[in-house]
This record gives sequence, C-alpha cells and structure tokens, in this order.
Amino acid sequence: MNIHEYQGKEVLRSYGVAVPNGKVAFSVEEAVEAAKELGTAVNVVKAQIHAGGRGKAGGVKVAKNLDEVRTYAEEILGKTLITHQTGPEGKEVKRLLIEEGCDIKKEYYIGLVLDRATSQVVLMASEEGGTEIEEVAEATPEKIFKEYIDPVIGLSPFQARRVAFNINIPKELVGQAVKFMMSLYTAFVEKDCSIAEINPLVVTGDGKVMALDAKLNFDANALYRHKDILAYRDLDEEDKKEIEASKYDLSYISLGGNIGCMVNGAGLAMATMDIIKHYSGDPANFLDVGGGATAEKVTEAFKIILSDANVKGIFVNIFGGIMKCDIIATGVVEAAKQVSLSVPLVVRLEGTNVDAGKEILNQSGLDIVSADSMADGAQKIVSLVK
Amino acid sequence: MSVFINKDTKVIVQGITGSTALFHTKQMLEYGTKIVGGVTPGKGGTEVEGVPVFNTLAEAVKETGANASVIYVPAPFAADAILEAVDADLDLAICITEHIPVLDMVKVKRYMQGKKTRLVGPNCPGVITPDECKIGIMPGYIHTKGHVGVVSRSGTLTYEAVHQLTQAGIGQSTAVGIGGDPVNGTDFIDVLKAFNEDPETKAVIMIGEIGGTAEEEAAEWVKANMTKPVVGFIGGRTAPPGKRMGHAGAIISGGKGTADEKIRVMNECGIQVAETPSVMGETLIKVLEEKGLLAECKTH
Repeated sequence: MNIHEYQGKEVLRSYGVAVPNGKVAFSVEEAVEAAKELGTAVNVVKAQIHAGGRGKAGGVKVAKNLDEVRTYAEEILGKTLITHQTGPEGKEVKRLLIEEGCDIKKEYYIGLVLDRATSQVVLMASEEGGTEIEEVAEATPEKIFKEYIDPVIGLSPFQARRVAFNINIPKELVGQAVKFMMSLYTAFVEKDCSIAEINPLVVTGDGKVMALDAKLNFDANALYRHKDILAYRDLDEEDKKEIEASKYDLSYISLGGNIGCMVNGAGLAMATMDIIKHYSGDPANFLDVGGGATAEKVTEAFKIILSDANVKGIFVNIFGGIMKCDIIATGVVEAAKQVSLSVPLVVRLEGTNVDAGKEILNQSGLDIVSADSMADGAQKIVSLVK
Repeated sequence: MSVFINKDTKVIVQGITGSTALFHTKQMLEYGTKIVGGVTPGKGGTEVEGVPVFNTLAEAVKETGANASVIYVPAPFAADAILEAVDADLDLAICITEHIPVLDMVKVKRYMQGKKTRLVGPNCPGVITPDECKIGIMPGYIHTKGHVGVVSRSGTLTYEAVHQLTQAGIGQSTAVGIGGDPVNGTDFIDVLKAFNEDPETKAVIMIGEIGGTAEEEAAEWVKANMTKPVVGFIGGRTAPPGKRMGHAGAIISGGKGTADEKIRVMNECGIQVAETPSVMGETLIKVLEEKGLLAECKTH
C-alpha cells in the first residue's frame, strides 16, 4: 500500500527521522494558513499524489512569501499532473504539503528495500541524490553502496557509518546520518514497509541531515497489524473497481481491454491475459478469485467485471485445486442471473469437483459457451467479442 | 524414485481443524498420503478424519514418527508454525498459507540457516509424487506416475502443465510448487538440483512468472550443471509494470523482472520457452523427441 509524502514524513518523524516541518492542506486557504503557522521565510508547495516525478510535472513550487503560497496553491490544487508514473491520464491533485524551505548544500539517496536474492533487507545509498536510483544503477553502478541487514541484529552502526563515509557525507555530519539511517531502519521493520526511499536526503547549510522527500510503501500482507497505517489509505488514489474488489479479498487490476477475465490463481490469471493477447484479443482485467472464494465472492467478482463498460465478453478460466469448480459454477450462475448477463460468456472448468461444476452450469439454462482448454476458451471469447 | 516425498513420507497437518485443512486432509488421505497426525493447539487428544490431533508439533512428531508437515495455519500465525516445524527437526515442511508478511519470512529464513528442515512455499500448492504421496492442495486425479519433473511459482499453472502432460501420455516424477512469494524456502535451483540427481526424472518443466530474477539465476544454473532437458514458461508477458499481479512476488519494478528478459535469458541458456501456457506440454514433447527420450517418458 502506498501513502502520501506528508503521511510518510509523519511516520518517519514519530521514529526520530529528521524531516522538515510541514503541514497538509486540502484547500488554498488551508495552504496559506499552514504557511503562516510555519512562519518560515521560504515555503515549498508540494502536490501530494501517489506518483514520483511531481517536480518535473510542475507539482512542486518554491514560494518566497504568502502571496506566492496562495498563487501556487491555486495553480496546483485541482490540476491533473502527468508524470512518468501516473500513466497518460495523470492524477488530480487534491492535497498539498506546505513545507519549510531549506538551504540545500547537497543531495543524496538512501533507500531500504527487500532483496529477494538474499532474503534480507538491503540499505542502498548513493551520493547521486535527486535522480532515480535505477538511472544511477544503469549509468554509474559504482556509485551505489549496499549493506545487507541481518534481521536478528538489525542495521548495525558500523554499517550505517560505512555507508555515510562511502557516499561522502561531510565528516562532521556522519553521526547525524548514522542516526538517520538507524531510525529509518527501525521505522521500516516496525511498520512492515516494503520500500522506504529517501530521495533526496539532504545536507543543509545549517548543518542538518534530513529527508526532503519520503516514499514509503507497505506490505499489504502485514496491514492487519498496523491499523494506523491502514488509516492513511487514500481511496482517491485507487481504481474504483480495485477498491470494490479488495472489499471481497479479490485481486483485481484494470487493464483497459474488452474481455473480462475471471481466473483462480495469480499465475493462471496472468497466463490467461497472455493467451488472450496471443490470439489478438484485449484483456479488460486481471482477476484472481483466490483459493478461499465462496459463491458470494464469485458473484461479486462477476459484478465488478461487468461494472466496466468496456467489457464485451467474459472468459472464466478455472483450474480447481483449493478452489472447487462447483463453487465457481454456483457463483457464475448466481451472478449471471442477478445482473441479467447480456454479453457472451465462455467458461473453462478443470480440477477439483469439475463434474459437479459442469453439471451446475448445464442445469442453469444459461447461454454459456464451454471450452475444453484455455487455448480453446481464449480463441472462442476473442471471436465472440469481435 | 522421486524428489522430496515418496510413499514412506509420514505427514503431520499443522492447523488440521481449519475448514480448508480438513477438506484437504480428507483429499490427501483418499490419495493415499500417510497423514499420521495433526496439530491444533488446545484440541490435543481429539481426532479428525481418523487422524489424532496434538497440541504441539513436538508431541505429534514424538508420538507418530512423522518426518514432514504441511501448514494450513492462517497467515498471522504461519511463520510461527514454520519455526515450530524447523524446531521439530522435520525433513520437510510445506507451507500452503498465503499472505504471510514478508518480514516474518525474512526472519524465518534466517532462523532456518544451518537447520535440517527443507521448507517448500509459502503460498504454494505443495508437492506431489504421483501414486505415492500428495501433500498440499493440488487435484490428485490429473497426475500420472512417470518421468517428468515439474517446478513452478504458480499453483494453477502447475496443474495446467501436469494436465497437458497426462493427456499426452506423459507421467510425472514429482511436481513441486515453490510458491509465489518474494521470500520462499525452496527455490528453482534447489528443485532443479534434486531433479538432476533423481534417476527417475528424465526432463523438467520449469514455470516462472514476472518479478525478481530467480528464473534467470536458475537458467544460468541449468546451463552450467543440468544434464537433463528443461523447458519453460513465463507468465505475465502482458502484465503492466509496477502492479502486483496477485502474487506478492509478481511485480515488475524499476524495469526489472519482466517476462521478456526472463525468456531471453532462458533461451540463451538452452531452455525452450513455450509461447503460450497451452503448449507447455507440446513444447516438452518436441524437446523429448529431439533428444530421443519420448518413448522412455511415455507412460500410458
């Protein structure tokens, strides 16, 4: 789960990670009020959306007085920012962070992320702050320093110190940088982050080490033990159908095509999208109904697929293991009746309780095209929506 | 022969009184798996499906002589269940549970270092050696005993591959689902090594998906060490970057972990990759023909 920069900074502040003072604003008036309260000569007006590249898209402005705060807040609030991470449709700005300006001497990069190859959290750092770490890795990999962290010991001060010296933090500020990294790591593990990226980390003219930006991402599987983080969820940043799906523990992702897919298992769901594309069709979504689905969940899944106006046909592809075919079939029949289905439906069933499942579909009196294999099903649905 | 499990494997079901565990305990017993006990704290002394239930795994192992376990414990408690299996010195623990917090698994992996237990999963369908032992949630009837090893990050794609093989008259030695999480116990290379050493296994299907670099590393290992033909499939060619495709581990991030890159490396390392999931079986059969192994692998 992603959260906004200002929320990330709140979390970090609570762990003693140095961040600039700032306040969130939902309106122009609130923005001006926030700047007054901060009382600093220079303020930064920052668009809060769940995407990077805001500066380049005109979503970050430096205001030298309250009038400029007002002007920039008016300009940015309500604006649709298009960055390399938002997609072409962009994201509308509904929140601003008003933050004290600071005198930046140098920018660095600090990130914590899970390293899958070693099954450890890795601290990555570079003195090339402000640019994307992927670009640094591509152009000058020798400028990235890594420390692998033992989960029992945690990040050791010597590791943080080694990183600080490697990225050339001024000698007199190494102590502050070490404290910064240690606190960041504590926040990372205690809040079950999947990414904590500080880009840039800055050293200021008055000798401070602080996070100028903060991108925190949380492990969705661990949110059950972090109600405070869950409260940060901003539904405006998410796809409506994805929100609806998450209420029923369904894994759904909008893709923009016209063939709705309902599949069990993430691997098979991906492969189903792939095979539809292979036969020149265009999948509308990824949808994994999961192993523990009930007939009711399947019905909801069906409704979500059909709430997408682009959907001209549905392909149900089930290979039952933990998921039983008769449950899927019951859900499909129930849903088709409830929504009075008007688009073609191709169903391929295989696996646990397959005969019971097929029987339910046959007895339903619904116009269901059955398929013998996923290739057969994909070809059938592609030709039916043409 | 087979890998990891066989007709002598004695299994404890951890979390046996949950509804999913009960259903699959029944299915495993019907398949012929030696389920010798179950664990649910507080329900020790009772019996389900004719299987004795114990309060702790240590007690279950002591009483039954089990050497393996299968874990259906809910996600918040599953990491602890794995630790209990490792502590009990089992040869094998198979964790079916999905949605375990990844930092829990980071600790589990650290705890497992130097210990004897092999962990398969989490978030996996389990392991099956046809006609001998089925541990997990896969539908038993699609499998046939034979000589092709299957290893996969995806449960349902494993079934898909096995089904295609069986329909084409090709049996399987063992099918191993390693799971869709970013941190797991057994990886592709562990399973490929085991298949390479198993005299019954003549060829392998390896099924991967977007995210991470496990497939690339496995392909390099195959090129350097594998004496048996390997074919592959990678799911998620059409997946958009930055989106987690159901599995916690299935995400293209920072331009890394794409299907195209995995397929490129696999091809370079001599692994033929099926164009669609529907032709995983066909692709293997073509390779078996080329290598003169088809007759040997035909089982029915």
